Amino acid sequence: MQPLRIALVQLSPRLGDLEANLAQHRERLAAARSAGAGLVVFPELGLTGYQLQDLAAEVAMRIDDPRLLDLAAETGGLSAVVSFVEEADDHRLFISAALLEDGAIRFVHRKLFLPTYGLFDERRFFAPGDRLRTVESRLGIKLGLAVCEDFWHLAVPETLALDGAQLLINVSSSPGRDLAAIHEVGLGTAVSWRTLMRTYAQLTTSFVVFCNRVGMDETISFWGGSEVIAPSGEALFTAPLFDEGLYTVDVELGDVRRERVGLPLLRDERPELHLRELRRILAERTGLDLDEASEPLDGPPAAPGVDGPKGGPTSGPKGGPTREQRTRR
Amino acid sequence: MSSGRGSEQRQPGDGAGRLFELPPELAIDTEIAQRVVVGFIRNQLRQAGFSRGLVGLSGGIDSALVAFLVAEAIGPESLLCVLMPYRTSSPESVEHARLVVDRLGCASDVVDISPMVDGYFGRDGELGAGGASAGEASQLRRGNLMARQRMCVLYDRSVPWGGLVVGTGNKTESLIGYTTLFGDSACAFNPIGDLYKSQVRQMAAAVGVPEAIIRKAPSADLWPGQTDESEAGFSYPELDRLLFWMIDKRRTDEELLAMGFASAAVERVKRLVATSEFKRQVPPVAKLGPRTTGVDYLYPRRRPGSARR
Repeated sequence: MQPLRIALVQLSPRLGDLEANLAQHRERLAAARSAGAGLVVFPELGLTGYQLQDLAAEVAMRIDDPRLLDLAAETGGLSAVVSFVEEADDHRLFISAALLEDGAIRFVHRKLFLPTYGLFDERRFFAPGDRLRTVESRLGIKLGLAVCEDFWHLAVPETLALDGAQLLINVSSSPGRDLAAIHEVGLGTAVSWRTLMRTYAQLTTSFVVFCNRVGMDETISFWGGSEVIAPSGEALFTAPLFDEGLYTVDVELGDVRRERVGLPLLRDERPELHLRELRRILAERTGLDLDEASEPLDGPPAAPGVDGPKGGPTSGPKGGPTREQRTRR
Repeated sequence: MSSGRGSEQRQPGDGAGRLFELPPELAIDTEIAQRVVVGFIRNQLRQAGFSRGLVGLSGGIDSALVAFLVAEAIGPESLLCVLMPYRTSSPESVEHARLVVDRLGCASDVVDISPMVDGYFGRDGELGAGGASAGEASQLRRGNLMARQRMCVLYDRSVPWGGLVVGTGNKTESLIGYTTLFGDSACAFNPIGDLYKSQVRQMAAAVGVPEAIIRKAPSADLWPGQTDESEAGFSYPELDRLLFWMIDKRRTDEELLAMGFASAAVERVKRLVATSEFKRQVPPVAKLGPRTTGVDYLYPRRRPGSARR
């Protein structure tokens, strides 16, 4: 199989300037094409900049926006991931990443997890997406798209891998912070991200592609350091911190099969177990924890007529121990 | 406070003992910090539509470091250093400021603020514009007026120079409120405001600020013999460590005491931080209209249509 050449476009968008950023994307797309890339990845909100605040509504595009369609039209024979503010029909705003292929918009992922803590305030301006799906790509494999914070939640890479993704793509606008000298690379944020991506690649036995922006919005600096990680967890490429640039990396997609045959972690996943326990946890959280799938409890049997197996008019819908009894266990 | 956890920092060839004390948990990667800060300076200027900057150079380490960083970011030819001594300022301060100017090869300007300050408070029995009560003003009032006169001079000089005033306040003094509102804390942007004093020293050593400046005791130099540490009653490494654990690492009082910090020090620093909150924030505006600046009208400073380049 021909190796796939991935282009990571570590760019610095101009905050709130859609036209300038669209021009930059077209330019980089053309450069990636002449460099022989089959997959070109741009960072989170590369078309708008990150620290938008009230500008978000002013730079939002609907999915049928001609400017977006024009950009998609330039992806003949290519796959590209671009990110922008998407406005839905009901006028909710999303941070979205779109897969553009062969001249069309093939798929849109809306950011699921919107950090609103510390230096982040995303939920104030955006709505969270509700779908996590993989997409069949022209590259002959399924891709899993995620945006920045989505990767700080274990379920995201896991679900994408179970749904058939062999290559996970995370596009980010990650602000660099924590310069403590004890860190391996001098930047706490970079160390955390590297740990996550190697772990996800290894545990999902998939390629992980991370594209992070550079430059500054207001007071925050984005650190770049985009990467491609092999299904073995090995870093195939790490872009420099803070440097703007287009970096290409060749990967053998056949490595996924080799890794999964030798290390069948994905085969051995137990999604049904996970689902069952998740249902239980959800039920307990909401106080509707009278399920019968739980292990039998130790301790005295419930008083007849209250929680006994035959139940009376006053018993719970399915019998079983009450919440109080469980917590006393 | 506990002590003795600091490591001694030396520059190569420094045989004369330690240059400064750096608590290990405060040590930063200076290469990355320099990269970020230099990018920040360039960006702030470009985003505001400027290419030049000016710094009030006191002869102390904070402004020296900022001058070095600005010179690196935009070139010494785009930097103006303004020296603004008062007649009682230590001669060493001016000497050290000149050392920085000579080392960088940037433009400089000296403005003696004595006539401005004395013109208000009066001098040698002569009444000033501030009247009789000003003649008996405390050192605090005099110090504040000096800091604000320097701000006035800097902002005036920024017009013919065509540049932005670059701030020189560090994180330690900002957190404990050891600043004059609209005085030394006034600036267009501040590249070192998130660095504790100990980290300023580490950075200063890394970028080549002259050793004499790094070594001397920090002073606001508002009256003879004044030093920050005697005034605050803390050494900077102790204070920096306490602030770092209290604020950056969110340790509770009990945890701080268990770490060995003295209860009186914890109480005092907490009070200093809490009572100076107003110095670190934009003055509040009464919420009346449908959209209010800073509340529900939230735009980035550098937006389409702004002066940015």
